[in-house]
Amino acid sequence: MRITCPICGERDRREFYYQGAAIALARPAPDAGEAAWDAYVHLRDNPAGVTRDLWQHESGCSAWIVVTRDTVTHEVLDSALAADIGMEAGA
Amino acid sequence: MRFSGLKILKEGLTGNRGWTPHWRDPDPKAEYDIIVIGGGGHGLSTAYYLARDHGLTNIAVLEKGYIGGGNVGRNTTIVRANYFLPGNSEFYSHSLKLWEGLEEDLNYNVMHSQRGLINLFHSDGQRDAFARRGNAMINQGDDAILLDRDGVRAHLPYLDFENARFPIYGGLYHPRGGTARHDAVAWGYARAADRRGVDLIQNCEVTGIDIENGKVTGVRTTRGAIRARKVGIVVAGRSGQVAAMAGMRLPIESHVLQAFVTEGLKPVIDHVVSFGMGHFYISQSDKGGLVFGGDLDFYASYAARGNLPMVEHVMEAGMTLMPMIGKAKVLRSWGGIMDMTPDGSPIIDKTDVAGLYLNCGWCYGGFKAVPGSGNCFAHLMATDRCHGAATGFRLDRFRTGRGLMDEEGTGSQHNLH
Ligand SMILES: Cc1cc2nc3c(=O)[nH]c(=O)nc-3n(C[C@H](O)[C@H](O)[C@H](O)COP(=O)(O)OP(=O)(O)OC[C@H]3O[C@@H](n4cnc5c(N)ncnc54)[C@H](O)[C@@H]3O)c2cc1C
Ligand SMILES: [Zn+2]
Repeated sequence: MRITCPICGERDRREFYYQGAAIALARPAPDAGEAAWDAYVHLRDNPAGVTRDLWQHESGCSAWIVVTRDTVTHEVLDSALAADIGMEAGA
Repeated sequence: MRFSGLKILKEGLTGNRGWTPHWRDPDPKAEYDIIVIGGGGHGLSTAYYLARDHGLTNIAVLEKGYIGGGNVGRNTTIVRANYFLPGNSEFYSHSLKLWEGLEEDLNYNVMHSQRGLINLFHSDGQRDAFARRGNAMINQGDDAILLDRDGVRAHLPYLDFENARFPIYGGLYHPRGGTARHDAVAWGYARAADRRGVDLIQNCEVTGIDIENGKVTGVRTTRGAIRARKVGIVVAGRSGQVAAMAGMRLPIESHVLQAFVTEGLKPVIDHVVSFGMGHFYISQSDKGGLVFGGDLDFYASYAARGNLPMVEHVMEAGMTLMPMIGKAKVLRSWGGIMDMTPDGSPIIDKTDVAGLYLNCGWCYGGFKAVPGSGNCFAHLMATDRCHGAATGFRLDRFRTGRGLMDEEGTGSQHNLH
């Protein structure tokens, strides 16, 4: 699997750290309550098919990247800088 | 048909023409008392113990593919009871005891081989951690022996003891640990459940779960709708999708784990051995193949195959630990879909829907759990009370933060196990 960093271009998967579902960008307010935090930290849609997840180009430019990917074929469909996408996008 | 020494001798002498199918191939009935979704190891053992221990026989196991086609037939077959944390410790101890009586109970040779498991350590810190784990195992009533370097050498003379980067300090030896033949475990439970009247229905994918007034009433399948009073979800890597049919989101992310097997060799590796300084573990099957694996590929995946970086890592780690295997040719590699929880421990619990039960989150360690999980899940489904060996496997531990069981001590987060 090769992942395209919007800054560095297409690179080996080993250069990237996998954080998990892009929901990580949609952090609830500190007082949002137990259910919201449980959903954010633990519960996952876990789709078989297209998903969006958060990776860091750890051994490259260090950028955080939202990768759109197919979990069944491992095809990488799109990638964008997390900084450009903003908080709501993870939801 | 029961197996006996006499029967095997007779069939052997007469061309093995007298064997009959090991289980029936029934059409689904319109209604069952209990439906178990998923014909993997856990679903089959659940059905078997429901029949054996609770006298329930109007049961169907619905399997979307064929019996043994999931992870139960894809794992590296290690069976052990060397868990550390309360909650896990008593459960795996219970499961190992069931393994030890399994072949007699099922009248089936599952080739359970307690050849001993040795987890190597390579630093003072690791030695302390393993000494502590060994004490926890002994407190639980299981067996553990802390080996020093010479003790390891006596068992595993073929390791690279000269490695300066990753010196071998010793190992934690678990003599009752070992392996079993994975397909035989599926077949043995399938046959034993069928003989007690359970309907095993293959090529039957569950596509919906019917719920009325907060209570489960049945399932929809590719072979029609089937009513049921109780339904258990036991679908391993597919847990997220099947739970979604009941409107649930689970604390599960599905990941791919790879495994490898070489051509058959003469006996050379007698134990199950794991490296403590890289992700690598190995045993030798009775057919002679070296069976080995490492860690997850570490990204969400439903492809039953992995990527090359983990292949390379596993081969490197193997060569570092035991260079003698370098000339063996790898015959096959494959992957399975693992139902990973944030804390790396499983879930056996009721759901908010009455009559709907959940068994999942076995991560990469659910083969050894097959007897214990079915036994405890059957108890829960039949009595609505948690089995004493599985009280820690609650679904709400993630929401409340109470009772998390993070064996690795890395944090309760999806990408850390
Ligand atoms: C490479 C690898 C190595 C492993 N090594 C070990 C090991 O050494 N020791 C150990 O203890 N564990 C190991 N494991 C883990 C272990 O194999 C699993 O945790 C365990 O097998 C999962 O439970 P199961 O047997 O019930 O799963 P499965 O066999 O996957 O059963 C689930 C079944 O549900 C069916 N299903 C899914 N969706 C539906 C639906 N909608 N309708 C009907 N049926 C459905 C599937 O077809 C499947 O047959 C390993 C796993 C892998 C992949
Ligand atoms: Zn980059």
